[in-house]
Amino acid sequence: MDFALFVQYALSGITVGSVYAIVAIGFNIIYCTTGIINFAQGEFLIVGAMTAISLAEVAPLPVAILGAVLITTALGAVVELVFIRQVRNASVLRLIIITIGLSIVMREVMLHIWDEQVRSLPYFTGTEISTVTILGAHISPQVLWVLGVSAVIVAALTLFFRYTTTGRAMRACADDRMAARLCGVNDRWMVTLSFMLSAGMGALAGCVVSPITQTQYDMGAPLAIKGFTVAILGGMGNSMAAVAAGLFLGLLEAFVVSVLPSSYKEVAAIVVLLLILVFRPSGLFARRDMSALRTA
Amino acid sequence: MMRRRIYYPVLAAAALVVVLHVALAASGKTYYMTQITMSAYYALVVIGLCLLMGYAGQISLGHAGFFAIGGYTIAVLTTYNLGNWRDTPAIGLLRSLGLLMQWQDMYGRDILSFSPWLAFAVALLLTTLIALAIGLPVIRLRGHYLAMATLGFGLIIYRIVLGARLLGQADGISNVPAFGLADGLQVNGRAPFRVQNYYIAWFAVLAAMVLSLNLIHSRVGRALRSIHQSEEAAHSLGIDTYRYKLATFILSALFAAVGGALLTHYNGSIGPSEATVMKSVRYVAIVAVGGMANLWGAMLMGVVLNFLSLRGVFGSFDDAVFGAILIGVMIFAPQGLLRMPRLRAVTFLLPRRKRA
Amino acid sequence: MRTRLAATLGVLVLVCAVLVSGCKKSPEAPAPKQAAPGAPPIKVGAIFSITGPASFLGAPEAKTVEMFAEKLNQSGGVLGRRIELLVRDSGGSPEKAISLAKQLIDEEKVLAILGPSTSGESLQIKSICQEGQTILLSCAAAEEIVVPLASYVFKTPQKDSQAAQCIFNTMKDLGITKIGVITSNTGFGKGGKAHLEKMAPENGVEILVNEVYEKEATDLTGVLTKVKGAGVQAVVNWSIEPAQGIVAKNMKQIELNVPLFQSHGYGNIKYVQGSGEAANGTIFPCGRLLVADSLPADHPQKALLTQYKKDYESRYGEDASTFGGHAYDAILILTEAIKKAGSTDPKAVRDAIENLQGLVGTAGVFNFSAQDHNGLGLDAFEMLTVKDQKFAIYQK
Repeated sequence: MDFALFVQYALSGITVGSVYAIVAIGFNIIYCTTGIINFAQGEFLIVGAMTAISLAEVAPLPVAILGAVLITTALGAVVELVFIRQVRNASVLRLIIITIGLSIVMREVMLHIWDEQVRSLPYFTGTEISTVTILGAHISPQVLWVLGVSAVIVAALTLFFRYTTTGRAMRACADDRMAARLCGVNDRWMVTLSFMLSAGMGALAGCVVSPITQTQYDMGAPLAIKGFTVAILGGMGNSMAAVAAGLFLGLLEAFVVSVLPSSYKEVAAIVVLLLILVFRPSGLFARRDMSALRTA
Repeated sequence: MMRRRIYYPVLAAAALVVVLHVALAASGKTYYMTQITMSAYYALVVIGLCLLMGYAGQISLGHAGFFAIGGYTIAVLTTYNLGNWRDTPAIGLLRSLGLLMQWQDMYGRDILSFSPWLAFAVALLLTTLIALAIGLPVIRLRGHYLAMATLGFGLIIYRIVLGARLLGQADGISNVPAFGLADGLQVNGRAPFRVQNYYIAWFAVLAAMVLSLNLIHSRVGRALRSIHQSEEAAHSLGIDTYRYKLATFILSALFAAVGGALLTHYNGSIGPSEATVMKSVRYVAIVAVGGMANLWGAMLMGVVLNFLSLRGVFGSFDDAVFGAILIGVMIFAPQGLLRMPRLRAVTFLLPRRKRA
Repeated sequence: MRTRLAATLGVLVLVCAVLVSGCKKSPEAPAPKQAAPGAPPIKVGAIFSITGPASFLGAPEAKTVEMFAEKLNQSGGVLGRRIELLVRDSGGSPEKAISLAKQLIDEEKVLAILGPSTSGESLQIKSICQEGQTILLSCAAAEEIVVPLASYVFKTPQKDSQAAQCIFNTMKDLGITKIGVITSNTGFGKGGKAHLEKMAPENGVEILVNEVYEKEATDLTGVLTKVKGAGVQAVVNWSIEPAQGIVAKNMKQIELNVPLFQSHGYGNIKYVQGSGEAANGTIFPCGRLLVADSLPADHPQKALLTQYKKDYESRYGEDASTFGGHAYDAILILTEAIKKAGSTDPKAVRDAIENLQGLVGTAGVFNFSAQDHNGLGLDAFEMLTVKDQKFAIYQK
């Protein structure tokens, strides 16, 4: 294939891969602080996008997005306080099942609040037919927004975890919860904060991709599955690796389409997941110490 | 002494099944049998999953995949028309062995296909092989890794049945013939056969219960329970944990496949909707509500919840109800609904599992 | 103790939220206004995918039949008896559709079943209805629903093969000979793909790229890049779900500037709104509902279409779509057949349907026969296009 076509595929892969990466980072944050796999992570993206769409009818776009992020963050806190905190002596099995149940219930509530119609946010810049040319490939300017926002989120998180007290407290919890408590860290609040952070991040990601992918009440689950694949691929808990793994999976899917019938695209992701789980469950980039929250 | 614990409750259950039939017939509501029969086949999956989750302590988010393997195998083999190869020696040989079936479909067309007995055997064999292939690498994994691996397995099966032309793609396979078990006895959804299919389904369920109860009250069952309580301890006692877990996995897969095969004959069709993640999640929800290690509870909930769902009692909230059940049970009654203190009274009739 | 209380309250609030939001949306059975007192109502069942993955089909279909039945009952019903509509939600799940169909046939003893909304469900309940001697008026498109023929089974959407033929006819006018075909992995998409592949050579068209995408696909740039790389003169997209809107956008974004043909599943203005400006210039065959206002005054369908559109939009506050139209046709055919047969004996009504000729519906003018249980021909289609983000009749 010629270079322009190659770049076209690559860009399509990177776009979709960065969304996967954001979902994976959301998983990682919660996993590191609590050990829980949050199956409802995908739903946070959709709730954020849907809320923004509703708010955008009465407010300018930036305000709508901000409002959606705040509301979804609050939702994340509510979810943690009401459902997760109540479970004592929780085994992994129980927590997994609870988050699965949450994912389903959130999806159904969204269906009844917003009905089954497909909606989308307006493009941040330009319209549906604007296109930007990069190295011979044509993409929508929204793609640049997706890449930009993802990069900002990752950068902001890195700074947060490295340089702020709260961030370091969360990392402490991830490393050793009891020790963190002994140091005076309010670990229960850290758990709530991790949910809030994941939810808010997810909402922002949901908003930025909404013009490209459109938003429908049941899009959460497939996103969560892909995001989880990416999280495991990079190694649970390792956010920088999640970014790399997300881009890898996105590119893999895009290039699979170029040589095989496109129905194999979905299978590629699942096969990758199974291979990783069987041969290297700690992930491609894992080092010895698995439980730390690493963003750098 | 052992037999009392197993056979008395099973006989009691069988008696209840007959009583239910009489009650329905007396009130003229025998049509409820349709949904009860369908639910009984779903309960087969639940019983197997209960063994896996409650006793062997392994979670499976992909059990709908095994149901689909059983159902689709039987559907393909009994509907594929071999008529074009009628005169080849291979087909002639199969015919003489009685492995083929000649029948007329709904439109009056003549179809020569594999007999349901052969298809059934193939389905079981295929399920065992696939369960072995999946189980060998995956049973090693713990907790959420195992969950994700089984989820991945379920997704692959879904993609295969959705994408393969032989399997009917999105429309599934229809016009599946009846399964003739013996003279006059058929697995079939048509109205004249309603009562006999009710008993066939319950026979399958109670046979599965007998098998499972025998299993858990045997050495194997005790080994499984010890694995569930503490795998390291069991291992240190010399129990081959890996082999036991794998065997339970395969057995639970077979239960699901049998349920799938028989329901496919009963419905006369199967579609990709039987292999979705949501279906697998439902099975898990039912096992959780019935009590992770409570076979009778799981069976009961399997029949009741599916019955209500199939009759449309939950309306548009079907999935939401199962999701809410999952959350509710996990928070309030992790041992299952029937072990909650307030419901103790109801359960005194049911056989109690001795806490190890 | 307190935390348990908090959790219980949380769950209760959640349940209430769901119930309250559900109350707003669930369609309610209308109360009958006038009918002959004492005459037993005519029971008609309906199975639609009101929720679930096919809700964009089932929800408008359910709303349409309820509106129709209510209006009919208000003007005296059929043969002096009112229609009792039993609408059930299958959630897009065929096994539920099977169970509901058996309930409607065995317990409620309905005369006919309207729907289901999807091909998969229709095919799986086809034999149940046939054996139960209950008329089935499916709103799904698969050809296999009526071919091979089962005497009690009918369908109301147009024939896929004829939609494809309309597309090829337009392509001939435009001199297009090399195309790319992309279809979704659903019953509808699969049917369309089969017809396009079979009919392309007969119409002098070569399919250079033939791809299937997942129905929940949210980004088709990968697939379309492949299509662009093959150097096609036009793209045909055959799907029925929201992905239709994404195709148009992605094509413009990767600068694949060739004509886009859609199937008759494009019949909802929301898909146009979803792709905004990118949708302009799309060409597709469709029933005339969407352009009812632009039809000449003497067109046989004009009065019915404008009335339906007006009623639906004023009652439900959303745009009418061709999907709802298929359900309208189903209940219309049934009630007309009952009137013609003069009785509610299933066999008599069934025979009456087969003898319906020149019945004006939303999808076209129906002419049934013992061999044709669909009743629509090529003339049921009009080639439409999108101009200024609105539907318009395609001018050559």
